[in-house]
Amino acid sequence: MTLLYLTLTLPLVAILLLGLVGHRREGATLNLLFAAAGLLSSLAMALQVLREGPLSSADGQFYVDAFNVYLLVLTCFVGFTTALFSRPYMAHELEIGRLTPPRLRLYHASYQGFLFTMLLALSTNNLGILWVAMEGATLSSVLLVSLYRTPESIEAAWKYFILCGVGIAQALFGTVLLYFAASSIDLPAGDALLWNRLVAHADALEPVAMSIAFIFLLVGYGTKVGLVPLHNWLPDAHSEGPTPMSAVLSGLLLNVALYALVRLKMLTDGALAGGEQAALAGHLMMGFGLVSFLTAGLFLHRQKDIKRLFSYSSIEHMGLITFAFGLGVPLATFGALLHMMVHSLTKSAIFVTVGHASQIAGTQRLEQIRGLIHTQPAVGWGLLIGTAAIAGFPPFGVFSSEFLLLSATMQHWPWLTPLLLVGLVIAFAGLFRAIQPVAFGTPPEGQVAIPVTLWPVAIHLALVLWLGLAIPDFLAAWFDQATRLITGSGLL
Amino acid sequence: MLFAQLPLHEQVILAFSALTLLLSLFMLAHPKLTMVIRLFALQGLFLAATTALVAYDMNEPHLYISAALTLLLKVLFVPYLLMRMVRHFKLEFELDAVAQPARLLLLAGALIVFCYHVTLPIAELSLRITHNVLGISMAIVLMGMLILVTRRKAISQVVGFMSMENGLFFAAIAITQGMPMVVELGVAFDVLVAAIVFGVFFLHLKESIDSLDIGDLSHLSERE
Amino acid sequence: MSPLGWLVALLQVVLLVALAPLFGGWIKWLKCRLQNRQPPPLHQPYRDLRRLFSKKVLWAENASVLFRITPYLVLGAIILAGAVTPFISVELPTAAVTDAIALTGFFAFARVFLALAGMDIGTAFGGMGSSREMTISAFAEPAMLMMVFTISMVASSTNLVTVISTIEAQQVLTRPSLWFAALGFLMVIVAECGRIPVDNPATHLELTMIHEAMVLEYSGRYLAMLELAAQLKLLIYAVLAINIFNPWGIAHSIAPLALLQGLGWVGIKLALFGLLLALMETSLAKMRLFKVPVFLMLAFTLALGGMLSFVILEAS
Repeated sequence: MTLLYLTLTLPLVAILLLGLVGHRREGATLNLLFAAAGLLSSLAMALQVLREGPLSSADGQFYVDAFNVYLLVLTCFVGFTTALFSRPYMAHELEIGRLTPPRLRLYHASYQGFLFTMLLALSTNNLGILWVAMEGATLSSVLLVSLYRTPESIEAAWKYFILCGVGIAQALFGTVLLYFAASSIDLPAGDALLWNRLVAHADALEPVAMSIAFIFLLVGYGTKVGLVPLHNWLPDAHSEGPTPMSAVLSGLLLNVALYALVRLKMLTDGALAGGEQAALAGHLMMGFGLVSFLTAGLFLHRQKDIKRLFSYSSIEHMGLITFAFGLGVPLATFGALLHMMVHSLTKSAIFVTVGHASQIAGTQRLEQIRGLIHTQPAVGWGLLIGTAAIAGFPPFGVFSSEFLLLSATMQHWPWLTPLLLVGLVIAFAGLFRAIQPVAFGTPPEGQVAIPVTLWPVAIHLALVLWLGLAIPDFLAAWFDQATRLITGSGLL
Repeated sequence: MLFAQLPLHEQVILAFSALTLLLSLFMLAHPKLTMVIRLFALQGLFLAATTALVAYDMNEPHLYISAALTLLLKVLFVPYLLMRMVRHFKLEFELDAVAQPARLLLLAGALIVFCYHVTLPIAELSLRITHNVLGISMAIVLMGMLILVTRRKAISQVVGFMSMENGLFFAAIAITQGMPMVVELGVAFDVLVAAIVFGVFFLHLKESIDSLDIGDLSHLSERE
Repeated sequence: MSPLGWLVALLQVVLLVALAPLFGGWIKWLKCRLQNRQPPPLHQPYRDLRRLFSKKVLWAENASVLFRITPYLVLGAIILAGAVTPFISVELPTAAVTDAIALTGFFAFARVFLALAGMDIGTAFGGMGSSREMTISAFAEPAMLMMVFTISMVASSTNLVTVISTIEAQQVLTRPSLWFAALGFLMVIVAECGRIPVDNPATHLELTMIHEAMVLEYSGRYLAMLELAAQLKLLIYAVLAINIFNPWGIAHSIAPLALLQGLGWVGIKLALFGLLLALMETSLAKMRLFKVPVFLMLAFTLALGGMLSFVILEAS
C-alpha cells in the first residue's frame, strides 16, 4: 500500500511547490520530475499487484486490483509524456504573451491537482470519495479551460462547470440511493459505500433502489464521459483550453469517468441478476454508447475548428467503449479495455501534434491550416499517422480493439453490426476529409517551422503500433484478469 | 389522523421540509437578486434545523455535525461570498426577471408531482419518519436545476447550483442516516472550493465581457 | 332543529350584516393611524350608509332591468353566503348546507351579476372594471378551489362545519398543508375583496379602479346596498379564514354563555386579522394589473403545494 500512498502524495506535494514556484523555468521541470516519479511508483505498484493480487488498505478505503491498476499506470504515463510536451509548449506561450507568470503557476498547480484527483478516483474503494474526486477533477480543470481569458474560453469554462456540476449532482443523488440500497446488507455504516464489500454481497442489494440509482449514476458520470445528449461541454472545453489540458482531458478524464461507470455496472448487475430487468445496466450503456457513437460521427463533418473535430472523435470513441462495456461479454470487455488504452495514447498524441499545428498556423480554424507536411514534415506526418491510427487503420491498436468489438457484436447482437460499421465509415470520412488538406494542401505565405517536442507523439504512436501488431503477454494477461473481474469469465 | 398523532418534533421535521420546498418555489419566481440570495440562506437554515431535529429524533449524533457544516457553508459562507460579489459589482438593485413566471410556477408544481411519483417505490422501502421527504428533496434538486436554466445572471445560476446541493444533502438525510462522515466532509470541501472558484470566475467574466449576464456568452455554437 | 336554534342562526346573520361596516371602519382606522393621519371615527361607514340610503336614486336612461335588480341580487347572495358561514357557533341548523364549494358558488353568482351590471350602461369604465374583475377571478377561483380541496382532504369532507371541527379536534399547529393553504387563501382574499396590492379600495382614479369602476353608475340606496355587500364579503372571507385555520374558541352549542364566549374570541381574532390586512395594505404598493395573474398563480401554487404536502408528508 505504501506505493499507492506514494503515488497519491507526490502530486499533492507538487501542488504546493508549484503553487509557489510554478512560473519560473524550473517550475515546468519540477512538474516533469514529479510526473516521472509518479510514473515510476505506479509501475512498481502495478508489478506488486501482478505478483500478489489485489491490494487493499487497512481501513478498506483504497483498493487496487487488475482493473484499475493499469488505468493508474496509464494516467501516470500520459501525465508524464504530456508534462514533457507542456514544458517547451507553455514556455512558448509565455513568450508570445498568451500567458502571464501567475497564470503559469495556476496552470502547473492545477495540472498536478487534476492528476491527483484522477488518481484518487481510480484508487479509492469508497464510492462517496469517488464522487468527491470526480467533482474535484472538474473543479481543478475548470480554471484551466479559461486560462487564456478570451470570451470564448470563459464561456467554455462556464459551460463545463455548470453542465458537469449539474451532471455530477445527479451522480450524488445516485450515490445516496446506492447507499440506501446498501442498507439492506448487514454492513457497518461506514463500510456501506466500500465497493469491494458491496460487490461481494451484490445479490443482497435492494434491486428497485439499485436500478433507479444506476440510472442517476449513468446520467451523472455519463456527463463526464461525454455521452450524447450530455456532451455539450466537451467540444468547447477541449478546444478552448491550452493544448496539454486538451490532451489530458481527452485522454484521461473520460477514461476515469467510464471506469466509475463500469464499477457501478458490476454492482447493478449483481443486484439485478435473476430479476426481469437483469440486463438493464448493460442495455442502458449500450443505448447511450451507440447514440453517442453515431451522433458524434455525424457531427464530425460540421466542425471548422481542428480541436473540436478531435474532441468529437473522443466522444465517438468513448461511445464505442461504453457500448462495448454494455455488451458485457468477455470478448467485448477485453476489446473495450484495450480500446481505452490505445484511445488514450493516440488521442493525447494527436492533441500534441494539433497543438503544434495551431502554433505553426497561428490559428485553430481548419480552413486556415494548410500544408503542414511541406512546412514541417514531422508535425504533418505525426498528424496524418495519428489520424489514421484513431480512425481505425490496421495495423494500429485501435483496429484490433474495434475488430474485437465488431466480432462480439456480430455474435450477440448481429443486427447492430451494420450500424457500427456505418458509424466507423462516417467518422473515418469526416476525419480524413478535414485532415487531408491540412496535411497536404498548399501552405500559406510565411508559414515557418517552429521548435517542437514530438517525443511524446513518437512514443505513444509506437506503443499503439506495438499493441496493434502483437500485444505483449503480460499485458494480455493483465487485460484478461480485468475481464475476468468484470464479466466473471476470461478470454484466454 | 396519523400526522396529528406524531410527536411534536417529528411534525416540525415534516413542516420544515415543506417550508424548504416552498422557499425553492419563491427562489424560482423572485426577480430581485439580493432577495434570491437571502431566500437561499433561509433555505439552508431550515435545512440545518431539520437535520438537527432528525439527529435528535433518530438518535444519530453525527447528524449534528452535518447540520453544523450546512449552517457554516450554506447559511453563512456561500451567501456571504455571493453578497460580497453583489456589492463588489454593484448589483444591489439588479433584477433577474423570468420571462413568464406564471408558467414557470405551474411547471414547478408539475415537477413536484413527478418527483413524488418517481421516488415513491423507494420511499415505500424506508421506515424512517422522513421517507416521504425523498420526493421533496428530489423536487428541490430539480427546482435548483430550473433556476439554473431559466436565469440569465451568473449569480442567480450559482444560487440554483447550490440549491441543488441542498436538495441532495436533504435526500441523504431522508432515506439514510446521512452519508459517512468522510464523504460528508469531502462533499462540503467540494462545495467550498466550487464557491471559491465561482467567485474567481465572476471576476474573470466581468473583466472579459464586462457583465455578469450569461446570455451575452454565446460565441461558441454549432452554427458557425 | 329547535326554534331557538333557528333564532340563533338568524341572529348570526343579522350580526354579520351589522358588523360588516364596523370591520371596514376598523381597517380604515388602523390604516390611517399607521400612515400618521387623523382617522375618521369607527362608525363612519354607518354614517355613509345612512346618508346613501336617504338619497334619491338616479340611473342612466339606457339602464335595463338588470341594472336595477343587481344590487338586490348581489346583497341577497352575499347575505345567503353569510347565513351558511359558521361565525360564532358550529352548532347551526344550516350546518348541513355549509359546503365550501356552495359558498364559492354564492360569491361567483354575486360577481357575475355585478360584472353584468357594470357593462349594462355601456360606459368605458364600467366595461373595463367588469373585464378586470372577471380576469382576476378567473385566476383566483382555481386558487380558492385548491385551498378548498386541501382543507377537504385534511377533514375528508367539504362541509365547513366538519372541517372546522376536525381541525379543532386535532390541536395541531404544525401542519404544513394548512400553512400553505392559509397563505394562498390570504392572497385570494386580497384579490377577491379588492384590497391592496391588487386593487385600491380608496382610489378615485378611474383608470386604476376594478371594483369601484363597476359601481360608478350607482347612487342612493343601490350604491348603499353594493357598498354593504362589499364590506360583508370582506367580513365573510375574514371569518372563513379565521374559523378554518384557527378555530379554537368557536362555540359548540347554542347556550348563551358559549355564544358570548365564541363571539368574544371571533371578535378578537377579527380585530387582529384587520390589523394584518392594514399592515399589508400600508407596506405594499399596488401591483400593476398584468402582474396580478402572477400573484394569483403564486397563490395557486401555494395552495397546490399545500395539497401536495398533505399527500406526500401527512397521509402516510
